[in-house]
Amino acid sequence: MITDPLPLQPAAFELANDIAIGNARESLDAHTVAMMAWHFHPSTGCPFWLDYAQSLPFNPLTDVKCYDDLKKFPPFEDEWLRGGPLRRWVPRGFADKPVYVFETGGTTGVPKSRVNMRDFRTDYEQFSSTLPDEYFPPGANWLMLGPSGPRRLRLSIEHLAQYRGGISFCIDLDPRWVIKLIQKGWMEHLEAYKQHCVDQAITILEAGHDIRCMFTTPKLLEALALSLEKKGTTIRQAGITGIFSGGTEFTPQWTRFAVEELLDGAYMTPTYGNTLMGLAASRPVTPADGYTIAYYAPQPRAVIEVVDFDDTNAVVGYGLTGRVKLTTLTQETFVPGFLERDEGERERPCHQYPWDGISGVRPFRQLAGATTVGVY
Amino acid sequence: MHLPALRFGKPYESLERTQLVHFLTGERVAEVSQVGGAIMGRDASKMARAREALLEINPDEIIKRLQTAGNLYVHGTLSVGDGKQSPANFVEQQSSTTGLPESLCRANMQKNLFVLSHMDRMLDCLSRGLPHEVLWKGYGREHRGVVVSYQAQSPVLGLVLPSNSPGVHTLWLPVIALGVGLLIKPGGQEPWTPYRMAAAMVEAGIPPEAIGLYPGATDVGAAILAGCGRSMIFGSTKTVEQYRGNPSVQVHGPGFSKILIGDDCVDRWETYLDVMVESVAANSGRGCINASAIYASRHTGEIAAAIAERLGPMDVKPPQDPDAQLAAFTVPGVAQAIWQQIEGGLTASGVTHATATYGPRLVEAERCGWLRPVVVHCQSPDPEIAKAEYMFPCVSVVRCPQEQMLQRIGSTLVATAITSDPVFQSQLIGCTAIDRLNLGPIPTTKLDWLQPHEGNILDFLYRSRALQVPAEMPATSTPSARHAGVA
Repeated sequence: MITDPLPLQPAAFELANDIAIGNARESLDAHTVAMMAWHFHPSTGCPFWLDYAQSLPFNPLTDVKCYDDLKKFPPFEDEWLRGGPLRRWVPRGFADKPVYVFETGGTTGVPKSRVNMRDFRTDYEQFSSTLPDEYFPPGANWLMLGPSGPRRLRLSIEHLAQYRGGISFCIDLDPRWVIKLIQKGWMEHLEAYKQHCVDQAITILEAGHDIRCMFTTPKLLEALALSLEKKGTTIRQAGITGIFSGGTEFTPQWTRFAVEELLDGAYMTPTYGNTLMGLAASRPVTPADGYTIAYYAPQPRAVIEVVDFDDTNAVVGYGLTGRVKLTTLTQETFVPGFLERDEGERERPCHQYPWDGISGVRPFRQLAGATTVGVY
Repeated sequence: MHLPALRFGKPYESLERTQLVHFLTGERVAEVSQVGGAIMGRDASKMARAREALLEINPDEIIKRLQTAGNLYVHGTLSVGDGKQSPANFVEQQSSTTGLPESLCRANMQKNLFVLSHMDRMLDCLSRGLPHEVLWKGYGREHRGVVVSYQAQSPVLGLVLPSNSPGVHTLWLPVIALGVGLLIKPGGQEPWTPYRMAAAMVEAGIPPEAIGLYPGATDVGAAILAGCGRSMIFGSTKTVEQYRGNPSVQVHGPGFSKILIGDDCVDRWETYLDVMVESVAANSGRGCINASAIYASRHTGEIAAAIAERLGPMDVKPPQDPDAQLAAFTVPGVAQAIWQQIEGGLTASGVTHATATYGPRLVEAERCGWLRPVVVHCQSPDPEIAKAEYMFPCVSVVRCPQEQMLQRIGSTLVATAITSDPVFQSQLIGCTAIDRLNLGPIPTTKLDWLQPHEGNILDFLYRSRALQVPAEMPATSTPSARHAGVA
């Protein structure tokens, strides 16, 4: 049995023109060179990269002249991010800044960590400009129905709400416990924990806080919608007009189902992101485009490439399937060519984002069996 | 052909579809819409309506319509998905995605027809003569004049069906006749029977809103088990363990069915060879009711050799061949993995491979594989292979003293006990490890549908409870008393 989505209709969105694509590329190349100057200069770079540069057969300060030259770096190994000392990742140029640490994974063993000073704020301020005010009114309060604890997302949503003039209400949600419940096969407990999270959300929504916007994951969104339906109401009737969703795999079918049957007219924008990269927005999701969910990284701060499974320095053709390769290029973090645990199809540059995107993101087939996808 | 989901009567075409391909050629046979668990969760509100729609029809009329559905299922050209499907199309399609020979597909159709056409008799036996009306109304007076009440525990039965065995469908066919709707997750490779049966039932006048078909991934199964008051799942020993003790879930796993030959009969073992061969090999050995072990206190080497002589030469034939008896393993690598497991088991002490001289057992093709029958002789019940069950004709003939048999057999869905010894028979009747018991030389695969299978479906769907009415009030005072059968 072969599982394939329906053929996509790539012409159903506005393509970027060649000038915009060229400008974006020039900007990326210039930004790459600037980031090399920062990360590999002894006065500004972090101890890890300065040490690592000694082992490289090239000089990043002089031999990286454009984005493609980053292929000279060996693949980034995310295992380097486990354990301390964390200060090895703090650029000397930011030595006096307050440091946050955000974790990813960690259900068992030592989680991977990324230092942050202001990146999460910058990323979400940029993302804010993609949210339509009609559905995410400035000044509106938010509900963060997603993971709490040492997650970047928790603080980011709060910052997004504050940046847009609102207040963010949060729940307690431990995604590591969710993963353990799934791994143990304790499905009744999983359902109970999900309901516990949704109950917290409904309590907040019914408490007179005038919440209009929400972050949540697809699974929690459907659980919330079904719970509200049992109470005779809907997400829209509960006051929500705009939903920013992410955290787990989105499919066109799920999105269509949500739009047609769960949202009651509320607006939803899917996103793809993680602690390393930041946040990739999606181009507008429309029935005419077969509810295709195509993400575009926040270039030049981060780049998504869809690469060949065997030759990870070669991007695949448009519409073809490959593995997700992430590159992070901010002053706080340099991650060249990290091979994600996801795969998808390469998407053409669009009007809003004149660079490559990716659609159909799902767990990388060779790792999927070993990956547990939770509510987050 | 495209098979959409059926949301209690409403077809739903998903953006996500699986492609079913021919197990030999890889050619596309059909597309099946895939839905998520949330759709099923959302449609939970329609479950009550499924039962209500059935209760609006006289229960005897429902039985008649099911009998009509049986005929349509076997003989009719029906609207299935976006196309028309004749019985010949059905057989070809089912065989092409499950790997089952077409002759066995046809045999399974007859089994389903038998159940549907004898529904009145089956219900009479399962309910021990209870007037059908009682299930519709919730209470009534039985033939002894006593008021009885049966309360439905769920408006629908949720079913998570397997991919690999078209033989299991007889289990759920009586459900509609009991006034309970169906919410089915069809098997990934075998959506054919649920879709054709639903089409036949609707054409025969069963309300479409009584039947939901939700093809999808495992989250649909989880949503069914979480959302239905009563559900039935087919799976491995692990699945059985996971739901053991859950009163809402009836689990059907491996059967580990066996033939036990008593000391009083074992010296005449040749007499029972046909019963043994049929028990092992019927329906390509795929069923939980196929015998996976034969226990006897002596002659076990001779029995193994005799069965091997009958089954060992059985070979792979094209699925269209009327003599084809072996089903393919359609998932690449599975046949090879099973054979490696068996080869490991054959190396244990006291184990002999009786079919070793009949040629290679593993037959591999480009996209699938087959396993030819395997007969093993075990000097005792200890080797792991004596406790194994595989989905092809594979049997261990196990030497075991009669007095130890019932302690050693373990869980046994069907036991055929070949004995006339009243003491052994009495012990067999009392043995709680055995579910179905055949006293005498009856193949394990020969089921009497007038008796319960792995629990009485009526007892699973309904709770018998007390309901008292004043003596002067007739037990059938509501308008629905117009239906026949209630005093």
